[in-house]
Amino acid sequence: MSAAGDRPLIATASQTSGPFWHLIDVPAWADLLRGDGPNAGMEGERIILLGRITDGDGVPCSDMMVELWQADPGGKYDGAFHGFGRCATDANGEYRFTTLKPGPVRAAGNAFQAPHATLTLFARGLLSQLVTRLYFAGEALNEQDPVLNTVPAARRGTLIARPEGPGTWRLDIRLQGEGETVFLEV
Amino acid sequence: MSYAPIAPGSQPPLDAPAYGSTHRRHPKQAPIRIAPTLTELAAPRMTEALYPSSANLAKGPGWEAQGERIIVAGRVLDEAGRPLRGAMVEVWQANAAGRYNHERDQHDAPLDPNFKGEGRVFTDAEGWYRYTTIRPGAYPWRNHHNAWRPVHIHYSLFGQGFAQRLITQMYFPGDPLLPLDPIFNCVPDEAARNRLIARFDLDITQPDYALGYRFDIVLRGRQATPMENPA
Ligand SMILES: [Fe+3]
Repeated sequence: MSAAGDRPLIATASQTSGPFWHLIDVPAWADLLRGDGPNAGMEGERIILLGRITDGDGVPCSDMMVELWQADPGGKYDGAFHGFGRCATDANGEYRFTTLKPGPVRAAGNAFQAPHATLTLFARGLLSQLVTRLYFAGEALNEQDPVLNTVPAARRGTLIARPEGPGTWRLDIRLQGEGETVFLEV
Repeated sequence: MSYAPIAPGSQPPLDAPAYGSTHRRHPKQAPIRIAPTLTELAAPRMTEALYPSSANLAKGPGWEAQGERIIVAGRVLDEAGRPLRGAMVEVWQANAAGRYNHERDQHDAPLDPNFKGEGRVFTDAEGWYRYTTIRPGAYPWRNHHNAWRPVHIHYSLFGQGFAQRLITQMYFPGDPLLPLDPIFNCVPDEAARNRLIARFDLDITQPDYALGYRFDIVLRGRQATPMENPA
């Protein structure tokens, strides 16, 4: 089928979430392991993912919605683990999720993607979402990851979280300018 | 499996000079297009069991919001026209006076103690969603001199694939502020822009109760093309 034949309709235009999206914020969703949540009691390596989001002037973005999407510790998306979280950045522009470390996810052929989480950003001043990935420093699979290898080597580091204390990984995000984070288009 | 590329002009640019907040927030580098992996083909399953619905923003036990009660309904479809079942739709909005129940909203308009301004519904097997609310008010913002946002309701949608995630805004027909609004007008294609405007619908309207508005939403569709190796 042609592209036009596949597509009698065109996707609705995105619009900014604006500064007041917190009306739909549920702070508990930032903790994927919350006691009354879908993943309570699930086994795996408990980690914290955090980082600061700054704009083109280096100013912290304190009004952002950040969403997390990731596989389970076995690298699966079969629904047993609810790999979704949402959080608001704080006054310092920091996001913070508590979750289980994702495992390697199957790629084309017999290959595996390196463990990763997807971060999606919405905010005032973003007319559509920005999508990026968080990888973990020191993972052998990073060398052969199909998405990391699509990114020019000089910018790959913007996707790699560094350890910051036990079980805590930091990935700062720069929206614009020097050290600008790599954003992905799907 | 892959997602159909974005139709030209149908989505706003990240750098929109008329909308001041984009100046320091839009990436200067083009996004890197990737072939979807399992991560992008899957999506979180948002169920009513995990995320309880609340379809009436206007009234609850012992409270009723001020303003003009309205019903909003519509279908969520993909680009092939297939209805999306179980899509989670979150909405949020200002009150009838144009004020958000939000500590950072400094607009000098009255707060309504009976209006929180957020709701959550799920689509049925035919892709229909529906909620009751009050018509929000227009409100000023600081983008430029005498800037006012047209009346709108914010929408957040989760479909069946990661690329179907969408945040957008629904506008109202005949709003004189629409031609002046940089956020609405950042969508280059006129037809795509106008699809953000709900239409009055007498079938959704309930006698002696509330006017009805129809707002359909289309989420990105999948294309059956072989997964390419991006390397
Ligand atoms: Fe708004």
